[in-house]
Amino acid sequence: MAAYLMRRAIMLAATLLVSSFVVFAGLSVAPGNPLATLSGGRSLPPESVAVLVQRYHLDEPFFVQYATWLGNAVRGDLGMSITLRHDVSELIGSRSGTTIALILYAALIVLLAGVSLGLLAALRPGIVDSLVVMSTAVVVAVPPFVAAIVLIGIFAVNLRWLPALGNGSGLWDGIRHLTLPAFALAAASTAAVARVTRTTVRAELGREHVQTAVSRGIPYQAVVRRHALRNAAVPISTLAGMTVASMIALAAVVERAFSLNGLGSYLVTAALSKDFAVVQGISLVLVTSFVLINTLVDVVAAVLDPRIKLGRRA
Amino acid sequence: MTAITALLGSSRPNRWGPLGTTAAIVILAAVALSVLGPALSSADPNASDFASAYAAPGAGHPLGYDGQGRDLLARLLTGSRTSLLGPLWVVALSMAAGTIIAIAAAWVGGWLDSVVSAALDVVFAFPGVLLAMLVAAVFGPGLSAAVLALSVAYVPYIARLLRSAALAERRKAYVQALEVQGLGAVAICLRHLVPNLIPLIAAQATLFFGYAMVDLAIVSYFGLGVQPPDADWGVMVAGGQSGVLQGYPAESLLAGGCIVVLVVAFNVLGERLSDGSGQGGTFGPSRWWRPRRGGAA
Repeated sequence: MAAYLMRRAIMLAATLLVSSFVVFAGLSVAPGNPLATLSGGRSLPPESVAVLVQRYHLDEPFFVQYATWLGNAVRGDLGMSITLRHDVSELIGSRSGTTIALILYAALIVLLAGVSLGLLAALRPGIVDSLVVMSTAVVVAVPPFVAAIVLIGIFAVNLRWLPALGNGSGLWDGIRHLTLPAFALAAASTAAVARVTRTTVRAELGREHVQTAVSRGIPYQAVVRRHALRNAAVPISTLAGMTVASMIALAAVVERAFSLNGLGSYLVTAALSKDFAVVQGISLVLVTSFVLINTLVDVVAAVLDPRIKLGRRA
Repeated sequence: MTAITALLGSSRPNRWGPLGTTAAIVILAAVALSVLGPALSSADPNASDFASAYAAPGAGHPLGYDGQGRDLLARLLTGSRTSLLGPLWVVALSMAAGTIIAIAAAWVGGWLDSVVSAALDVVFAFPGVLLAMLVAAVFGPGLSAAVLALSVAYVPYIARLLRSAALAERRKAYVQALEVQGLGAVAICLRHLVPNLIPLIAAQATLFFGYAMVDLAIVSYFGLGVQPPDADWGVMVAGGQSGVLQGYPAESLLAGGCIVVLVVAFNVLGERLSDGSGQGGTFGPSRWWRPRRGGAA
């Protein structure tokens, strides 16, 4: 176990280093000089140019630039936004709450709705099963922006149950404003989790130890809970963890569709206005959390399931 | 697409079952419609007439108009071209690169294989859409930048899967027999290894076509891919959003519906093809499920 954790930690460090390098290298790959990229093509007064040169060490070799940038980033200093003239770390901090709340809300929906739909389909063969299988087959292919459009059209415009746009103020209003976005973000993942739950629970129910438990007269519900569902928990939780990781990038879509001021929508705005320090900062934060969650999912799966061969290469 | 048509010609469609055959027909129909495009609608997809904004379907305009008074059918048909060509490029580029990397690593083995595998593990980290946004910020928005970014982001997934298949193939007796006969490595790879991997490559290409379609549409939806007024399904979903709020959801729903139908078709066909390719590595029900590194899967 220790060797496995060690290997994962080294891989995690390497991955983070490479991703941060990719995020940084964009600056020097860009056509034209880095100053023009940093200023987004705006013309700057000489003082600002001097500040930028000093900040990014543009007069020094590439790897020195990268090292100073990474060092600053690790200490929480991500530079200044060129359009808002404000500290990038503070801008990120003020917007990350919305994104985290949105992803947690969506993850909750994925777990609750996905697992219960999958269980329902696994335990009720016939019409219920076919309904779940068919509907999830379609929903799984619905990208979040299409889900957003459909949900806005039905629940905000036609039924007027929930607000379509904006963040809202206060806890209850905030939750109301996040409900449609969270469902839009969760839709496809819920369907995926439901399908995997159905397949794995079915497979577990057909296995010998479960059949034996049933034939010994243990109540069916207890058998499902203690034997089938517990064994199915590893693939389900792995998939759920990976969907949460994928939501980090996809949250931007939903935030744009519902005009939420989260990290993702800010990244899109910054990319459109060529505010490069912001693009770098948010990309770094998103990639880091993506990598961390994926590593966590792997480690948890290894801890949960002793059958996973530790330390072996694929 | 060529892989699919080639497969349609060479193998028995019955093997795919009714669902797989339907999916193949849907895909072929979409290709035919996008090729025929202008012949089917006389309207100019970019001519706007504000007097008929959001107008209901009428004679000569079977789907009505969008918020800027442009003919929806003409825009959907024109948009199908970019929406199909973009993913085609992504799949072609990432498949070519992934296949070459995978076969080189599997064939040479040793240090090259270790280096490539480690590198693939590390590069896994970057979500495609995020990379596309980064590239758009650096090079400016546009379809080609998005295509390139997604191709790079997909390569590790493809190379990882093909590498293990190529490795299994490499160890088979017929390859060793050919080597003993003195046939060169490149010749064996091109004439024997790649043809034997084609079913797997075709299945992966079909699945990734669906993923690429959604990811490209997302990038265009952000305004970082295909630029308006050019028609593209992702652009149309974004453009129709103000219409949704005013109670005219036709543009967004039609464009989004086209994406969903085609993605379902590609998913279904891809899964059928991978069932037949003898590789169990692609049972993922959706794009959210990605082939995993060792250990977890």
